[in-house]
Amino acid sequence: MSAPRFTKDHEWVRLEGDLAVIGITDYAQSQLGDVVYVELPEPGHRVEQGKEAAVVESVKAASEVYAPVSGEVAEVNDGLAADPAKVNADPLGEGWFMKLRLDDAGQLDGLMDEAAYQRFVEEQH
Amino acid sequence: MRYLPLTPADRGEMLARIGVPSIDALFAEVPVAARLNSLVDLPRAMGEIEVERAIGRMAARNVAAGSAPFFVGGGAYRHHVPAAVDHLIQRGEFLTSYTPYQPEVSQGTLQYLFEFQTQVALLTGMEVANASLYDGATAGAEAVMMANRLTGRKRAVLSGGLHPHYREVCETYARFVGFELAAQSPAPGEAEDLARLVDGGTSCVVVQNPDFWGELRDWSALGRTCHDLGALLIVVVTEIVSLGAVRPPGEMGADIVAAEGQSLGNALSFGGPYLGLLASRDKFVRQMPGRLVGQTVDADGKRGWVLTLSTREQHIRRERATSNICTNSGLCALAFTIHLALLGESGLPRLARLNHAAAVALAERLHGIPGVQLLNRAFFNEVTVRLPRPAAPVVEGLANRGVLAGIPVSRLYPGRPELADLLLVAATEMVTDADMGRLTRGLAEALS
Amino acid sequence: MSEWSRALSAHAAQDIAAPKTFSGNRGLQIEEKLIFEQDSPGLCGVNLPEPAAFASRLGELERVGPIGLPGLSEPQVVRHFTRLSQKNYAIDSGLYPLGSCTMKHNPRLNEKLARLTGLADIHPLQPLSTVPGALELIDTLTHWLKTLTGMPAIALSPGAGAHGELCGMMTIRAALEAGGDPRRRVLVPESAHGTNPATAAACGYAVDPIPANECGRVDRAALESKLGPDVAALMLTNPNTCGLFEDEIVEIADAVHRAGAFFYCDGANFNAIVGRVRPADLGIDCMHLNLHKTFSTPHGGGGPGSGPVALAGTLAPYAPLPWLVHGEQGLELVEYKSGPAGTAIGRLKGYHGQMGMFVRALAYMMSHGADGLQQVAEDAVLNANYLRVLLEDNLSLSFPGPCMHEVLFDDRFLRDTGVTTLDFAKALIDEGYHPMTMYFPLVVHGALLIEPTETESKATLDEFAAVVTALSGAARSGDTERFHAAPILTPRRRLDETAAARKPVLRWRPELPRREAAD
Repeated sequence: MSAPRFTKDHEWVRLEGDLAVIGITDYAQSQLGDVVYVELPEPGHRVEQGKEAAVVESVKAASEVYAPVSGEVAEVNDGLAADPAKVNADPLGEGWFMKLRLDDAGQLDGLMDEAAYQRFVEEQH
Repeated sequence: MRYLPLTPADRGEMLARIGVPSIDALFAEVPVAARLNSLVDLPRAMGEIEVERAIGRMAARNVAAGSAPFFVGGGAYRHHVPAAVDHLIQRGEFLTSYTPYQPEVSQGTLQYLFEFQTQVALLTGMEVANASLYDGATAGAEAVMMANRLTGRKRAVLSGGLHPHYREVCETYARFVGFELAAQSPAPGEAEDLARLVDGGTSCVVVQNPDFWGELRDWSALGRTCHDLGALLIVVVTEIVSLGAVRPPGEMGADIVAAEGQSLGNALSFGGPYLGLLASRDKFVRQMPGRLVGQTVDADGKRGWVLTLSTREQHIRRERATSNICTNSGLCALAFTIHLALLGESGLPRLARLNHAAAVALAERLHGIPGVQLLNRAFFNEVTVRLPRPAAPVVEGLANRGVLAGIPVSRLYPGRPELADLLLVAATEMVTDADMGRLTRGLAEALS
Repeated sequence: MSEWSRALSAHAAQDIAAPKTFSGNRGLQIEEKLIFEQDSPGLCGVNLPEPAAFASRLGELERVGPIGLPGLSEPQVVRHFTRLSQKNYAIDSGLYPLGSCTMKHNPRLNEKLARLTGLADIHPLQPLSTVPGALELIDTLTHWLKTLTGMPAIALSPGAGAHGELCGMMTIRAALEAGGDPRRRVLVPESAHGTNPATAAACGYAVDPIPANECGRVDRAALESKLGPDVAALMLTNPNTCGLFEDEIVEIADAVHRAGAFFYCDGANFNAIVGRVRPADLGIDCMHLNLHKTFSTPHGGGGPGSGPVALAGTLAPYAPLPWLVHGEQGLELVEYKSGPAGTAIGRLKGYHGQMGMFVRALAYMMSHGADGLQQVAEDAVLNANYLRVLLEDNLSLSFPGPCMHEVLFDDRFLRDTGVTTLDFAKALIDEGYHPMTMYFPLVVHGALLIEPTETESKATLDEFAAVVTALSGAARSGDTERFHAAPILTPRRRLDETAAARKPVLRWRPELPRREAAD
């Protein structure tokens, strides 16, 4: 398992073997408020880096989640349908959204590491 | 002016407190060329007496439905509304309240809308209903767009038995929102083969029951065909009272029901405001347009209600909303809910039976007039008859003699001479034996 | 900690010293069950005769099995809905300062006249020769709206404001297509109401947002830089959603027209300028009106509304059906695309429009007259500015200087208090007021948008300002529990909206277990 990388739209991605696991960051979940629903793609669906991959809904907002990397959806987190609160409680762990079969691991290099992302978030305030 | 509580003294004090010499100073940003230098060219303020006289005079020029034998239907029906309904909806807390965005002080509105949603689901035989739309025709268009979103397809098939206004509204939305319609031609008295028009590119088939001609059909087989091909069945109901006697769309395989609720609680009112109903399956609820009321608890653990699933709506999703709708038809929905609460499980079916009985009697009498042919096999409270000559002048002539005989189909299908001889005739619980007598005698005379 | 858990613990901390009752009721506040829970099988609140036996013609499509509706008598129904009404706040009860909603008094004369038999009991499809008075009324309303807007045509059929927006954008697109120049983009200020971008997107346009400048108006330079040959229209609200008059509106209109685009105006805030400014004189091509805002038709708990659209001559040919025209033999209702109506975009709604709201709006307009309507705008603007000066020392005014009919504050005054705009609004409920609009427009943080309207007295405004000032003082002096637990004096406390959205329960079902507070 690799260290997570981050996007400017507050998504994270990390490698688990040959799959890329994707979710939203703690900052994103705190901005959204209580998550009530996550709309996930079907396994087999293709997602492109920077394009919409999922939608996350809270009581007061609905946000597009953009794929940090390109690939084919191998697995989605079915547990979120029953318990969307996982996204709030454990956004980088049990609140994961989907796992992709990665096109190109090199795409992670262009993303921020944890330190750079923290700085980026601080600048938002 | 009786509605304006500020006195000249108030205005003076307030301007002083604001620190401007006159009200004009607060309009300083208006471009000079756009400032009106005098009052607009309209009458001055009037008291109640004069306004009543002016509008009363206009009202008096119209022939009210209750003043003549009345057989006009075509998607809006004259029913009796119990006196309690109008009194209750005029309570100020209902009449003058707003959308229930602050649920703690809107539990009245939220609870009745929850009851309304339940009633609509029960009547239509569906799992879930929204808190109303503008009218049946816009509900129909919203249902088609919902089916497009759900299936990812963009072509809808419309039955020729669909009310022409409903078809026309779908056509307008199709043109601008960007989807296709295969609208079938009107063919009263003939069976339609809609199943052959469904393929892997069809999002939905829209049928109406009773249809525009008043005909009743079982759409279950079509529903199965649709589902086999991944399409949805949308059933439109323009006479909601029919569901007191007729098998509901939910028991015919309908995926979405779009209906007009005017018949319960709401006056004819020359076409509006009416009440759009939308019902569907639980699994489709996140794609339903319009408001939804959901049950929850408050901080004391007490049951209460809130607007929910709002993130689909325009005020949050903005350009990605399920629809641009903001307003529902709240007070009309309340009237519906109260009327149906008064009717209840035994009253609605009885009301429906009265309607059907009246229509059966009328159909028999019309069929007995030489030259008049009844086109319907099965019907609820409206039928189509073929006259031996164009219906519009006959209706006009009867109107001049104090009988509102129904709707000449040419009123809604002007470009179709083959339909010009057809007349839509509705009979509700408000039609008396004497009324029917005057209609049949009048028709017989007109056709002799 | 989730927002809901925080609300629960705050509530527990704020104890109300009040006796528990055996019934669960509190004086006039009654716990009222659903009608489905008060079912007496066989009871009916309407006496209808049973028809004599007859041969059914339902074609084997009889409904079998129960519907599931409850049986109730008339007294039970009357009591049920009376009790429900008593849980609602309403204009009739008190000040309803919702920005951009124009919660003015709903005159009862309107209700009386809408119920006249000759207006309520007429069918849209009965012969038109039997309803000349209905056509006359619609024509009179049209004349009033044309005169007030300065525009040559009014499309009356849209069912509400958002529907009117859709109508307007459809006529714009039809006009552009007819000219062979369809275009792709619509410019919408960031401060716009959500219906604006939703409508533009529904009409097939890409939405391009325009930022506000530091004065709260639309940034004209940004707007002009975004104008181009592919822009179909600008959708602007004037006065805007910050309550400010777009002072560069004429220059903006000129720029939009030079680019070959149309100028759509959202008329939700017409109350600020009615009788004093005509939209046509500002260069507007298309503007929807909200009869349920400016023209006092009742909000009814969320509807029905009516959203007629005023159209310039360039757009009038595309107005939706039906058209009311002055023909050779008097007023004619054109219901099909024929003759001059051949270019109409078709129907947007069944039948002819919200006639019941036309009657109410006309009664309102006639009651006020030209002089009264001008007074309406002036008093609306005066009342909002009066509140502005009473509150600006204690709340944070978003944009300095005078406002129009509504005034915008933001949550800077609550910084570091631990009290949010939401909390502040809930505390206002305990004080007996419906809160102002919160969190809209989005161009400021934690917005509080206040529109008193002209039908509020100076005394009401003084009392309201005093309470709001007291609350702001309480927030800044650390009295936060009051805010976090609020409201505590209402029929229900704060409700768990998260649970409502996670596990939607959208109808009653038999044997549905009563949920207890979780977490």
